[in-house]
Amino acid sequence: MESVNSDRLFQVVCTATHEVFSTMLGLEVTPGQARFEPTPSGPVDGVISLIGFAGEWVGMGGLSLTPEFACRLSSRLLMTEFTAVDAEVLDAVAELTNMILGNVKSSLEEELGAMGLSIPTVVFGKNFTARSTGRGQWVMVPFTADGGSVEVRICLAPNGRRKPMLCPANPVTS
Amino acid sequence: MALDILIVDDSAAIRKILQRVLRQAEVPINNLYEAGDGAEALEILKSQSVNLVLSDINMPNMDGLQMLGHIKASQQWKDLPVVMITTEGSQNKVLEAVQLGAAGYIRKPFTAEQVKEKILCFTHAS
Repeated sequence: MESVNSDRLFQVVCTATHEVFSTMLGLEVTPGQARFEPTPSGPVDGVISLIGFAGEWVGMGGLSLTPEFACRLSSRLLMTEFTAVDAEVLDAVAELTNMILGNVKSSLEEELGAMGLSIPTVVFGKNFTARSTGRGQWVMVPFTADGGSVEVRICLAPNGRRKPMLCPANPVTS
Repeated sequence: MALDILIVDDSAAIRKILQRVLRQAEVPINNLYEAGDGAEALEILKSQSVNLVLSDINMPNMDGLQMLGHIKASQQWKDLPVVMITTEGSQNKVLEAVQLGAAGYIRKPFTAEQVKEKILCFTHAS
């Protein structure tokens, strides 16, 4: 079983996010400073999505963004004007999640072996906290595009082992 | 020739994106049908004449591979080109789809030009 370091993870997340935003939304994203989190910070307001990984490595990934930015991205993706979060906006965020984390998964499979991907779940609300019971650390990469920001998170650990395997190759701020 | 295309995906967003992309790519379309899973798609095929199926792989009820198996096992539909649209770009499921008789696959994310190129290639080949 291979492992993956934080630099590689950062690179894979940046490549996948850039590709999806530029191809599907016509937007260029700028990555910010990645950081480690023991669990996604909260409570939060807005739209979050979660998608699960399963295989020799297990974990979760997802996006986090404001309702306004979710509407703006959905408007670009579906070519329909959205001013409030509705089922179509949540579907669009789910699909962006599926594409970004699906491409992250495909890239990581070269090192980590085959993984399955769950159907994404999207939550919209105020003052809520999302928590995973997994043991690995989360890597969060913030991106800005078109005046908004989106955070892409991922947490992966070897299946059946308790020690987290995502260790920084270079310092990552926390 | 204007095409009758069936889009199969459990995500309403992706079905809408594909419609938008097909319009942007100026693919000549006669009728566009939509199904939310493989079982719904097979029901549509029973009553409608279709030139091309664009299908997701991971779907509830009946997934894209099961649907593909049914189509290729059918005397009536075995020559119908089925193109898988998936994020599973390099994975076993794509290989399985090709072995089952898929005409090819389009990896998400995709541009309008990529979709047009593949569709015209597959429909001309058939």
